[in-house]
Amino acid sequence: MGYNLKMRVWRGDASGGELGDYNVAVEEGEVVLDAIHRLQATQAGDLAVRWNCKAGKCGSCSAEINGRPRLMCMTRLSDFDESETITVTPMRAFPVIRDLVTDVSYNYEKAKQLPAARLTPRDPDGKRRMKQEDVERGQEFRKCIECFLCQNTCHVVRDHEDNKQAFAGPRFFLRYAELDMHPLDTHDRRALAQEAAGIGMCNITKCCTEVCPEGIKITDNAIIPMKERVVDRKYDPVVWLGEKIFKRSDRGTRSEEHGPA
Amino acid sequence: MTGNRTDAGVDTGIERHEYDVVVIGAGGAGLRAAIAAHDAGARVAIVCKSLLGKAHTVMAEGGIAAAMGNLYADDNWRVHFRDTMRGGKMLNNWRMAQLHAQEAPERVLELEEWGALFDRTADGLISQRDFGGHRYARLAHVGDRTGLEMIRTLQQRAVDLDIDVFMEFTVTELFRDPSTGSGGTGGRISGAFGYWRETGRFVVFESPTVVLATGGIGKSYQVTSNSWEYTGDGHALAMRAGASLINMEFVQFHPTGMVWPPSVKGLLVTESVRGDGGVLKNAEGERFMFDYIPEFFKKETADTIEEAEGWYTDKKNHRRPPELLPRDEVARAINSEIKAGRGSPHGGVYLDIASRRSPDFIRRRLPSMYHQFKELADVDITQEPMEVGPTCHYVMGGVEVDADTEQSIVEGLYAAGEVAGGMHGSNRLGGNSLSDLLVFGRRAGHNAAYHSMRTKQRPTVSAEQVKAASAAALHPFEVEGGENPYTIQTDLQDVMQRLVGIIRTEAELRDSLAEIERLKERAKRLSVEGHRQYNPGWHLALDLANMLVVSECIAKAALERQESRGGHTRDDYPTPDDGWGALNLVLTLPSDSDSVDLKHQPLPVMPDDLKTLFEES
Repeated sequence: MGYNLKMRVWRGDASGGELGDYNVAVEEGEVVLDAIHRLQATQAGDLAVRWNCKAGKCGSCSAEINGRPRLMCMTRLSDFDESETITVTPMRAFPVIRDLVTDVSYNYEKAKQLPAARLTPRDPDGKRRMKQEDVERGQEFRKCIECFLCQNTCHVVRDHEDNKQAFAGPRFFLRYAELDMHPLDTHDRRALAQEAAGIGMCNITKCCTEVCPEGIKITDNAIIPMKERVVDRKYDPVVWLGEKIFKRSDRGTRSEEHGPA
Repeated sequence: MTGNRTDAGVDTGIERHEYDVVVIGAGGAGLRAAIAAHDAGARVAIVCKSLLGKAHTVMAEGGIAAAMGNLYADDNWRVHFRDTMRGGKMLNNWRMAQLHAQEAPERVLELEEWGALFDRTADGLISQRDFGGHRYARLAHVGDRTGLEMIRTLQQRAVDLDIDVFMEFTVTELFRDPSTGSGGTGGRISGAFGYWRETGRFVVFESPTVVLATGGIGKSYQVTSNSWEYTGDGHALAMRAGASLINMEFVQFHPTGMVWPPSVKGLLVTESVRGDGGVLKNAEGERFMFDYIPEFFKKETADTIEEAEGWYTDKKNHRRPPELLPRDEVARAINSEIKAGRGSPHGGVYLDIASRRSPDFIRRRLPSMYHQFKELADVDITQEPMEVGPTCHYVMGGVEVDADTEQSIVEGLYAAGEVAGGMHGSNRLGGNSLSDLLVFGRRAGHNAAYHSMRTKQRPTVSAEQVKAASAAALHPFEVEGGENPYTIQTDLQDVMQRLVGIIRTEAELRDSLAEIERLKERAKRLSVEGHRQYNPGWHLALDLANMLVVSECIAKAALERQESRGGHTRDDYPTPDDGWGALNLVLTLPSDSDSVDLKHQPLPVMPDDLKTLFEES
């Protein structure tokens, strides 16, 4: 069942690099990461690659396979013709450290800018109650394994390095939406989503949804509803008036600015 | 969060940092420890081999065991304590099992406080699911991705608290200051030494306390559910620093790992499949677990299919199905069926939920399993059975710690989670790991912080110690034309799998020790290609030393213990023995030797009021 796979793998570092040609013996049922591991164990001991669970659960082995952002551990060799050359390159939106490993610290920086959950007090018996249907929306977003493929493929990040400052990216819009839809959370992050995270810059091309290995409907279920809520709070005169009258200060600061919606 | 500084301003060879508590490992235990130490007012660093949020905890599927009583009001810490002790065949440290059962519920509620979204009961409380060895439905869960929920929640909490994180960083040595402290010859913990994986640059941490939370050892086996990180680093660091390990002979082989395709062999199939109604069948279609009910669990296990079926809906009047016996029992049963020639085509047995639950139910309760089999094996688990077999999953053994403080015998050195020993005895119940991480992670973090703040004169790291640690780390670059670390790792995995696996014999264990000696010799002549920047070959060369010493511990203890108990089965001593049941085997590494020492030590004795819990049924 085994055959010799022709592979091209990007080798290099921040100063530059090139595609290396390799022949790797592979077996039935294997995935791209298996081929990379065999290459590492037999021909290129110092080939740099991130991986952990090898089961699509940790989101470490993100790369571009024949130009498509994918997890190496979930890309089966049987998806390709045996005669086809498989090309593996690092994620393009992040600076290369070495070979297939990129500097994803952008994502960790963005994570720090996001206020965490702050829940209402517990019930008198020390527990909290939420309905299953109310937690399910947030649960979909919490399936995110932080592979950052959505960040990598989002053209706002990918094609415009300078946008990184003002744009948190799809992974963090998920997080905003998750917290916003949390049944017991007390914060209002809409202003922040608009201003610091730049959700307005997203023009819903759904590229992020297409590459999500968890099948999360990032655009439809998180970004669009979040955009609507941001717009609601900015333009809805009833909400505006309500906040003026009832001084819902616990719901965060209101935005006076109009972003590029 | 701390990044790797590569700017021109950093030109001395070695970076130095000072903290009150350094936590090694960023899985459930490490993160919980860091949060606790931070809350107690300490300056904390988290050091982890991977990116933050990728630790092995994400692989945990089933849930967090905690007697919250949300579904069964009769559940309480005493029942959980009893289940845990019986699951560990009474070899557990009773005090750890007690603290664990008492504190787990609050630790789960804390996660909810920090944003975790657990599945709910009809009343809106945290839902709890059935698992092997637990009398009541007790596991708080999120579908079958509970570990991901837990690690993300703790990660987000640690980020919220602005705790420093050193990501993709490996610790290679712990330091002690011989001029300080009592208890032993080496003095108190004074810090740690390691390297940034990205650049290979060395770092010295000066800290009066270190919390080990490095997880397990599974990568020493061929078929394992564990990732590359599981090389027994914390176990080995502790030993080299003068601490002791206990219970290393007890390795958990999870009954259900994937067996096909080869690329995913060993990958975990959650016990929730059985908790939610799945059953095991052999090639003849027979539910074979009824043939493997041990005497120890006869009273609480259903012996007919009718009774077992009744249990799913009426637990009061039915005993548990034998598919939900503790993991050691189920793994041995599967092993026997396969050996008897009643296995499936790819050398496993069948795990069937397709014929027993609706596709909707399966997809809702077991989404990751559905996805995993669909994507990696072309199997639709709502339509056909899975093929499964045992896989190395967890080590019960670990650093010997004080039950209340998690401090090892070395002052300033703490351990929590899988790297610590005692809590689970000879076999861990499913769901008790995630709760263990939370309960003892928090305790270790708190106690380390207090210890650090009580330390008036901070221990120091000497220049000679740093020089020696740095020379040791660079050694593989100095050998030319030596052995490939990947080859030695493969050979070690083969030895452990073949000779120190589920079923053990004296002859094979002796062979394994001789093989390990040979591998240790070969490992002295390792060489690596390339340079220090993100070089997996070099990283493996350093991890390999840890895998070797831990493997030696397992084999040595397994040879010594002449009985079968929990995760240690001897073909030549097939039954448990009361004498051995009162003993822990303690392993140490004498400073003048590269060979481990073993001694017998009596088990701590449970107080009488707790003993009565075991007389009731």
